[in-house]
Amino acid sequence: MATSTQSIAASNWKAAERPFDVWEIRKDFPILRQKVHGKPLVYFDNAATSQKPQVVIDTILRYYTTENSNIHRGIHQLSEQATKDYEDARKKVRQFINAPKEREIVFVRSTTEAINLIAQSYGRTFIKTGEEIVISAMEHHSNIVPWQMLCEQTGAKLRVIPINQDGEILFDEYKGLLNDRTKLVSVAHVSNALGTINPVKEIVEEAHRRKIPVLLDGAQAAPHMKIDVQELDCDFYAFSGHKLFGPTGIGVLYGKANLLEAMPPYQGGGDMISLVTFEKTHYNVLPYKFEAGTPNIAGGIGLGAAIDYLNRIGIEAIEAYESELLSYATEAILSVPGLRLIGTPSKRAGVISFTLDGVHAHDIGTILDQEGVAIRAGHHCAMPVMQRFGVPATARASFAFYNTKEEVDALVRAIHKVNEVFGSCRT
Amino acid sequence: MSDLSELYQEVILDHNKSPRNFRKLEGANRMAEGYNPLCGDQFTVYLRLEDDVIKEISFQGAGCAISKASASMMTASLKGKTEAEAKALFDRVHKMLLGELDTKSGEHNLGKLSLLSGVCQFPARVKCASLSWHTLQAALKGAGGVATTE
Repeated sequence: MATSTQSIAASNWKAAERPFDVWEIRKDFPILRQKVHGKPLVYFDNAATSQKPQVVIDTILRYYTTENSNIHRGIHQLSEQATKDYEDARKKVRQFINAPKEREIVFVRSTTEAINLIAQSYGRTFIKTGEEIVISAMEHHSNIVPWQMLCEQTGAKLRVIPINQDGEILFDEYKGLLNDRTKLVSVAHVSNALGTINPVKEIVEEAHRRKIPVLLDGAQAAPHMKIDVQELDCDFYAFSGHKLFGPTGIGVLYGKANLLEAMPPYQGGGDMISLVTFEKTHYNVLPYKFEAGTPNIAGGIGLGAAIDYLNRIGIEAIEAYESELLSYATEAILSVPGLRLIGTPSKRAGVISFTLDGVHAHDIGTILDQEGVAIRAGHHCAMPVMQRFGVPATARASFAFYNTKEEVDALVRAIHKVNEVFGSCRT
Repeated sequence: MSDLSELYQEVILDHNKSPRNFRKLEGANRMAEGYNPLCGDQFTVYLRLEDDVIKEISFQGAGCAISKASASMMTASLKGKTEAEAKALFDRVHKMLLGELDTKSGEHNLGKLSLLSGVCQFPARVKCASLSWHTLQAALKGAGGVATTE
């Protein structure tokens, strides 16, 4: 019955009443029925983007079929409905991450845009020459390059928290990096290349001791675990809709209202103003001050549908299922001769990164694809991580709650096939 | 599975495992670096060019089996060739990788390089196979910069 979910209120769906049934859940994702090269699709590239449940696809179709119009300005039925649905989606996001206020939820294109917004609006206003921004050695390029650009513009300096051989942040080194010149800490909640769950609550606490604000890149965390921005007490939190089973082109920036209020707009245009004359423009209130131009309306509403869907399954149930799947996968994959895990943190979510003796990740990717198994091969937009582990690239299998142990078995069989093709480590 | 065995032919796997001319070339008078930002493959191609003739050629770097084998086979086939011959060969190899050359006819004059023709069935891997060739072109031009596949 997992397909008729739209009418069931989130509160009616309790994990206890409805045990997690992955085979029922898979029916909600039409793409998973596909075959690739004649083999059933095994989709293990969820860290790159996740698949969409039918209810999200239907919501977008319904929006364009019956409701399409511009929001926040039309005095007609369609516009009022679209505005309501878009703002309802904002409410759903607020609730999903337990933000105190709706006006603290800014819709952006992606996590990348959210980080750029903070760098250019907050950074250029509050970070000066000689002051410092702290990131970690396991960041995605999108949490490195915007800060490098800011440093070039302002003369600020980028400081990097080192990581150990398991792929974990060295906490004492982090504490040592914080000083009077530190003006912002920006780290991944979960690493996209290693799967490490960072101790972000402790990271925030430590920074707040010195009154330093913290931005968390939640792109890889939001699809796998309960996010509570009040419990984390982070100042900014960013994530993407498309990794959260929603559409591409929509993302979320949460920011504490007092900080967002103090920041200048990121882009100028329609919707972000309250009054424009050639002499002076008055900016709109939060969150619209940061939402110039017609937004991704269908994307926002689609993301709302994805959040409804996740709430109905229950994020705690997802977390428990994935944890078991990840343990199973880690053990199974380590049975392959010549396989080395890159990143062995004690707390991990969603991602297994590995190399195979004598075989480049790209070759692994091609052979796995022929077996219907989709993974990512490369540097995962985290080249400094690859340098840290002394590898040019890794193969990465990344999981979602619709993946199964049977699919893990197919992955392991396919990796054995790679060894066969390359004639190494024959078993 | 025939596609896969056409891609990873014995000769290609052998060049990957034991690449030919895989060293820094002392006395090189041309060199260029090649880089594929998609997968991080990185090669340096060294040339000793005398009177328009490639007297010595070698390469170094890291990459996937296809890029490494292609680079190795390239160095093996270019020694003694003139600059113009090397460029003509590059054009034919490039066409082959894009599937625009009839490699079955035997008139392609590609020799062992024709074993790379299986790559055209794998569009995502064409850049791997052509990386060293783009780097060669940069080295011949004497640009000395970084060639990329983008």
